[in-house]
Amino acid sequence: MASGVAAWLPFARAAAIGWMPVANMPMPIAPTEKNKRADELIVLNVSGRRFETWRNTLDRYPDTLLGSSEKEFFYNEETKEYFFDRDADVFRAVLNFYRTGKLHYPRSECITSYDEELSFFGIIPEIIGDCCYEEYKDRRRENQERLMDDDEDKKDAKLPNMTFRETMWRAFENPHTSTMALVFYYVTGFFIAISVLTNVVETVPCGATPNTKEVTCGDRYTVAFFCMDTACVLIFTVEYLMRLFAAPSRYRFMRSVMSIIDVVAILPYYIGLVMTDNEDVSGAFVTLRVFRVFRIFKFSRHSQGLRILGYTLKSCASELGFLLFSLTMAIIIFATVMFYAEKGSTSSKFTSIPASFWYTIVTMTTLGYGDMVPKTIAGKIFGSICSLSGVLVIALPVPVIVSNFSRIYHQNQRADKRRAQKMQKARLARIRISKTGSSNAFLHSKRNGLFSEALELTQLPYKMNLSDQSSIEEEQHLSKNQSLLESQHHHLLHCLEKTTNHEFADELCYEQSYLEGALQSYPSQSPSLSSQEGMTGTCCTRHTKRNHAPLPNSSILTCALSHTHPHHNLQELSTIHIQPLNTSRSSLNMRVDEPARLNCQSGTITTAIISIPTPPATTPESDAHPPPPGPALQNVVKVSAL
Amino acid sequence: MGALMVIFSLQKDQRRKRTDSVEDELELSAVRHRPEGLEQLEALTRFNRKELQILYRGFKNECPSGVVNEDTFKDIYSQFFPQGDASTYAHFLFNAFDTDKDGSVSFEDFVMGLSILLRGSVQEKLNWAFNLYDINKDGYITKEEMLDIMKAIYDMMGKCTYPLLKDDTPRQHVEIFFQKMDKNKDGVVTMDEFIDCCQNDENIMRSMQLFDNVI
Repeated sequence: MASGVAAWLPFARAAAIGWMPVANMPMPIAPTEKNKRADELIVLNVSGRRFETWRNTLDRYPDTLLGSSEKEFFYNEETKEYFFDRDADVFRAVLNFYRTGKLHYPRSECITSYDEELSFFGIIPEIIGDCCYEEYKDRRRENQERLMDDDEDKKDAKLPNMTFRETMWRAFENPHTSTMALVFYYVTGFFIAISVLTNVVETVPCGATPNTKEVTCGDRYTVAFFCMDTACVLIFTVEYLMRLFAAPSRYRFMRSVMSIIDVVAILPYYIGLVMTDNEDVSGAFVTLRVFRVFRIFKFSRHSQGLRILGYTLKSCASELGFLLFSLTMAIIIFATVMFYAEKGSTSSKFTSIPASFWYTIVTMTTLGYGDMVPKTIAGKIFGSICSLSGVLVIALPVPVIVSNFSRIYHQNQRADKRRAQKMQKARLARIRISKTGSSNAFLHSKRNGLFSEALELTQLPYKMNLSDQSSIEEEQHLSKNQSLLESQHHHLLHCLEKTTNHEFADELCYEQSYLEGALQSYPSQSPSLSSQEGMTGTCCTRHTKRNHAPLPNSSILTCALSHTHPHHNLQELSTIHIQPLNTSRSSLNMRVDEPARLNCQSGTITTAIISIPTPPATTPESDAHPPPPGPALQNVVKVSAL
Repeated sequence: MGALMVIFSLQKDQRRKRTDSVEDELELSAVRHRPEGLEQLEALTRFNRKELQILYRGFKNECPSGVVNEDTFKDIYSQFFPQGDASTYAHFLFNAFDTDKDGSVSFEDFVMGLSILLRGSVQEKLNWAFNLYDINKDGYITKEEMLDIMKAIYDMMGKCTYPLLKDDTPRQHVEIFFQKMDKNKDGVVTMDEFIDCCQNDENIMRSMQLFDNVI
């Protein structure tokens, strides 16, 4: 039952009078409050700050510390109040949860202290309201990342027996782990810088003798530059080969971006070595030297920022594509217009539409070189329109890219988001479970038989609580396990059952009776019922913790939870924790008697065992067995107290 | 270009402020209801002061604005029946409580309805039940009306029942009901037939007293 509406339970019970004329059977007795005390104020003293609330308010959530008898441990006889030596500020949020039914996360609190307080008072954080849940999760993640960073530092301690190969790989990936790695890191960085510098200086004209042409340094000191180049390429090659050797998965390494950059950086040199001084290919050879500039990208191993930039560009691909597309459109339009506008003028530079492209691009990006200018009036008009619209078209996608970059930089990457989505599903599942735990609680209390024994006394007049001792004992026994609120709610549900002459069942019995109805393999109902009685009793005493039930057939699950829940949530639920089913007959039969041993007395245990075999079973023998627990043995072991 | 971006973002804020003010106006005109004083309610109903206090506190806690509209009502009622769909029955209940038919249940409606149900005589309770079943309030319960009510009740059970709910179970139940109640077999049940029949049925009489000590 949603404890937030506990105050409306009297109303719901009163409204049940509407069912009475329709019912054909007598109603069960109402549970009575043995010592009906007027609602009293209780004082909660938290570190000196006194909070007062009605007792009923706290009773709304009987599975928390304040709502159960656990708070009696904190009762102070002299001052007649409950004393908690905890943080009073966080307690405000806790107490408001009882009052309003919504748990909020106060942003000024530290996330770990908040978590501790929640676990002290027995409240699961998943029920934090949607208004505060995002913030809570973000802070939680930050905290965990911080912890993980600390852990990573600790983790870098060398594992005892790492192979030489693994050591090398670790040295390459984390330069700060050992001195050798650090030396290697700096040496390669130095040589990358040297190589880039060499490429640049090579083209600088240096020192011409008076009567000859200017020569570039590269041509002047050819040998020196060649030696430099060779040295760099040697170093890079050695580095590449070492990385290739140390990589745990060579194929994956070879496909990675960094290795491609490495290869592209050193390949031109080798190609140049191989090729002779052939006239035809020297042109191509020169082109190849351009690729040497890619060595600068090798710096991205050394710089985190470069990597983030690269990642941003990659992820903004769609926005960049849009920018490009809209620019292209605009360029084509304006180039065409300008071409036709300038067609008339003499000695116009706008010789063709592609030639006008250059003008359009230069104008739209507000560069305005001035090498091509319109001369006709129409051309000038359209030229000005072109430059104005250029500003707009470029300004539009840029903020999107900028915001993308900041989003990526500050927030989680895609993998983390996927993890968060899974958490969200798990959280919703947990909330749903705790909510539907109520319906299970009702079935559970029924099957326990305590309730049905009280039913035997329906013959007596209802106002008999004073006269009949045994029923009082029953109710006392009952209320030992349930709060009054729960028992009243269960009585209400029981009245509904009597009205409609049907009983609530969990999805197991539903499935069973569904199968029975479908197969119709019984001559009469009674023998099957009697043979199944014991089984039914056991099958329904078992709670099914939904997220453990490895049901392959989601249609079965649809009736399990209240069918006001959308179907697809259940699908997700089952996919989170599905275990592969092994439906071998022998193992199914083996586990039949196991659940009977489960302790069904405590109202809070949930166990997970059920698996329903896919029904090809048409023989009566197989139907006689209740859907036995699946041999997903790992699940069986987990018994958790909610 | 930076100036463009700033201008753009400013425009967005302006637009948001305009929509906010519209929403604010709506909120102000939303119904906030304050009930009659305790004395008047004490006179109108059969609850004493303390009981009224407890009732009001619970009522106001769930509906801070002081009135319950139908959606909230359905929401609240559905939480008591997690396995089924209680919204249809809640709709009928809402109509039964909303005596002045203004689309919302105020605290007076609420407490007067409860007063009949919990402190009224058996006659009054049966009266109330008849009004609940008589959907169009014409003084007769027809089979169709009863079928609607019955389906709504069975909907609250949900799908997972034992034995399985068949499609014509509500209809059969209606037949049984009419057999019992409709004395002159004219296809409708009038108030007198209803009350007569219920007063002669021991089970019903006993179950009417069931919830007397709820508050």
